[in-house]
Amino acid sequence: MQAERAQSDTVEFDVRTDEMLINMGPQHPSTHGVLRVVLRTDGEVVSEVTPHIGYLHRSAEKIAEKLTVRQYLPYTDRLDYLAAMNMNLGWALTVEKLLGRRVSEKTRHLRVIIAELNRIASHLVAAGCFGLDLGSFTPFMWTFREREKIVDLFEEICGARLTYSYLLPGGVTAGPPDGWFGRCEAFLDQFDPVIDELHALLTSNAIFIKRTADVGVLPPEMAIDYGCTGPVLRASGVDWDLRRDGEPICTEMYDGYTWQVIAPTGGRYPDDHPYPPVPPEAVVGDSWHRFFVRMLEVVQSMYLIRQGIEKYSADDGELDKPIKIKEKLPKGEAYLETEAPKGQMGFMIVGDGSAVPWRVRIRSSSFCNISPLPELCRGVLIADMPAILASLDIVLGEIDR
Amino acid sequence: MNARNIYDLLLQPFKPWLTGHDFEAIDPWIEVGGEGLPEIARFLRDQDELAFDMLHCVTAVDYFEPDEKKAAKVQWQPYLELIYHLSSTKRRHRLVLKVKLPRWKDDRPGELPEVPSVSGVWSTADWHEREVFDLMGVRFLGHPDPRRILCPEDWEGHPLRKDYQMPTEYHGIQTR
Repeated sequence: MQAERAQSDTVEFDVRTDEMLINMGPQHPSTHGVLRVVLRTDGEVVSEVTPHIGYLHRSAEKIAEKLTVRQYLPYTDRLDYLAAMNMNLGWALTVEKLLGRRVSEKTRHLRVIIAELNRIASHLVAAGCFGLDLGSFTPFMWTFREREKIVDLFEEICGARLTYSYLLPGGVTAGPPDGWFGRCEAFLDQFDPVIDELHALLTSNAIFIKRTADVGVLPPEMAIDYGCTGPVLRASGVDWDLRRDGEPICTEMYDGYTWQVIAPTGGRYPDDHPYPPVPPEAVVGDSWHRFFVRMLEVVQSMYLIRQGIEKYSADDGELDKPIKIKEKLPKGEAYLETEAPKGQMGFMIVGDGSAVPWRVRIRSSSFCNISPLPELCRGVLIADMPAILASLDIVLGEIDR
Repeated sequence: MNARNIYDLLLQPFKPWLTGHDFEAIDPWIEVGGEGLPEIARFLRDQDELAFDMLHCVTAVDYFEPDEKKAAKVQWQPYLELIYHLSSTKRRHRLVLKVKLPRWKDDRPGELPEVPSVSGVWSTADWHEREVFDLMGVRFLGHPDPRRILCPEDWEGHPLRKDYQMPTEYHGIQTR
């Protein structure tokens, strides 16, 4: 890629090109929310990228200083609205960490099922929008068709289709309706072959590989330095997942489950999988790998859900009830990061002895994942920039809070 | 390695800058003086047995009670607290670093307190420090790009301060 570019530079040596500033956004169709990016371009080559965020800033942290922790739950839905259940879970676990509580086994299994279902939904949106950002419309329709089925399942369980407020601190107000797990399994059964279709559509698609392989390579050291987490970090070959490596309150949730962390350590994926091989052009840490890691994670989430349903049905315990609306918080602070689909979502609650937190901090995964964008986009073609942005899979609701 | 061991390692080279600690808290923390922060940060990152290669989050808490009745009851004097959440992907341990700052530099309201930036040590700090400056009003000395990040560039005040007053209008738009 670099060599090709250098050659074209020499060929067009006497064609004079001026630097030009191009404004992308704040409502550019290939951005994931209201993001504005200013590109300094020299012909087709981007020399500098400046992201401007904050268009969706809704003072989420300030609002939290006026509400009790249970009242605040609906606001967490509006952070990463594509994975609202995972946001609820992160908030619930942080509150439980501060209160020093643990939930029952049955509640824990329900949480695993719900969180992993939402992870699939979020990764489907990521895959679909990736296609859309590269100019192909079909993947978007196909992934949204599947996501719709998950959203239907969630609607059945809590009544909402986007902002669920279901996984409350302490437990849930009501368990799933009768027959829900059967429908959940039916969804997984019909989803299995669809994954192959999606792989045929994008993963091994020659145009897709050409657009994403060796584009926006994020080396592991840089990913760690910028605080990138989730699939973005794992695609750079760092074997790190809070569901396995996090604090006890996160890892206990997945006790007894068998699954794998997907990361191409040493350039190889952990398992022999039936999906397309890594194309020779792809480099660990590039946009293609970020896409592929998500696609393989979807399969792991399906394993987890199947195990969860089995464990949930075998458990004769009770589901826990949520904490009181005006539950008093102890003095002290608790910070917890959980593995949300887009990366490590962190909440910090400072309690002062009353029911309302003194201060709440939201550490956003997308905020950190987008911050290396200026480094990744230096020297790429303008058309590669949406590809890199799409591969980072950001949600502006979470970045701007 | 737990916070107590890390504290022991820091004690030798940085004793005058270590101003407090709590190893029994939910998240054990070590408090350091602001002027020693970049050196301590570099030490935490580069020492092989510490290897804190990832900075997760930089944030600040404003300990100021605007309600006068309640303020009489609280024990602490008003101050700002910076909090750095660190972890190591190599050694798999975590640490919380704190820095205590006055709410205003030299107690002159409007003069932002100052602390050295650690954006040269961890790149995560670049955007996070901009956010703390924007919302909490802390000036990070040596920051490469000290602009606001979430609020508009001409916004006045720092909204997460406890005594912040929302402006009544912004460019002719009524805000309340």
